[in-house]
Amino acid sequence: MRKVIRKWFWAWNFEKEEEWLNEMSAKGLALVDYTFCRYVFEECEPGEYVYKMQLLENLPSHPESEQYIRFMEDAGIEEVASYMRWVCFRKKNDGTPFELFSDMESRIKHLRMINALLLPLCVMNMGIGLTNLVNLMQNAPSMGWLPMLNFAVAALLGVGIYKIQKKINVLKKEQTIRE
Amino acid sequence: MESIALTEAVYYILLSLGEPMHGYGIMQNAEKLSGGRVRLAAGTLYGAINTLLEKGWITALPSEADSRKKEYIITSLGKKAVAAETERLKELVANGEKIMGGWDK
Repeated sequence: MRKVIRKWFWAWNFEKEEEWLNEMSAKGLALVDYTFCRYVFEECEPGEYVYKMQLLENLPSHPESEQYIRFMEDAGIEEVASYMRWVCFRKKNDGTPFELFSDMESRIKHLRMINALLLPLCVMNMGIGLTNLVNLMQNAPSMGWLPMLNFAVAALLGVGIYKIQKKINVLKKEQTIRE
Repeated sequence: MESIALTEAVYYILLSLGEPMHGYGIMQNAEKLSGGRVRLAAGTLYGAINTLLEKGWITALPSEADSRKKEYIITSLGKKAVAAETERLKELVANGEKIMGGWDK
């Protein structure tokens, strides 16, 4: 029996998304597919799988990503679904913790990649908002609220970037004394 | 060879590749060598393998047509690196034991 749940996680909350998927798996529902905001689950043994999300450097169809995904498969890690550059991996729960990275450098690199994705979107929304603000104030002052939408999106992304950056800073501080 | 501290992952990857091994084999071998302590995560291992290939410390073996799994083996450059690192670690351990030996007295 398939179960579809509609839900949205912001990119900076990918760890919350993993937690949620693991909770679902613990309840006997294993994610088998994802498309925009649509999570498809199938019944599984409670706690049969553990999930991890990763932002890849390239789209999953890129040869380098394909090579990486094959490498993961050989290590018993299955690609469940992908959305743009995000991939959802799962592994049979064998009682040992499931991590994609075991060193701080790789974790930092991954978090930086997420911010490199968010930052241009944030700047772009600021830019569009400012341009529209100037234009509308001159030509259609009654529409002056419109740029606020862009500013709101930019602010939201800004908060996300800040949250990720805080995680990076914690790891970087830790990295000054250990690997 | 310049003296640099290798990461634990790299040290165990290089030690494992005295004989041809694929990625998952390296993970298992590192865990076995360290008595279960070192558990290399696949993403970290993949990144380290690619960097080691670029540096020429390991090399990929030509794979058979029917085999998807790539196997790797250490090069002479990689052997030098792991030997240099072992010397560095010996110094650390010798100093640690010598100095800590005096702490309890």
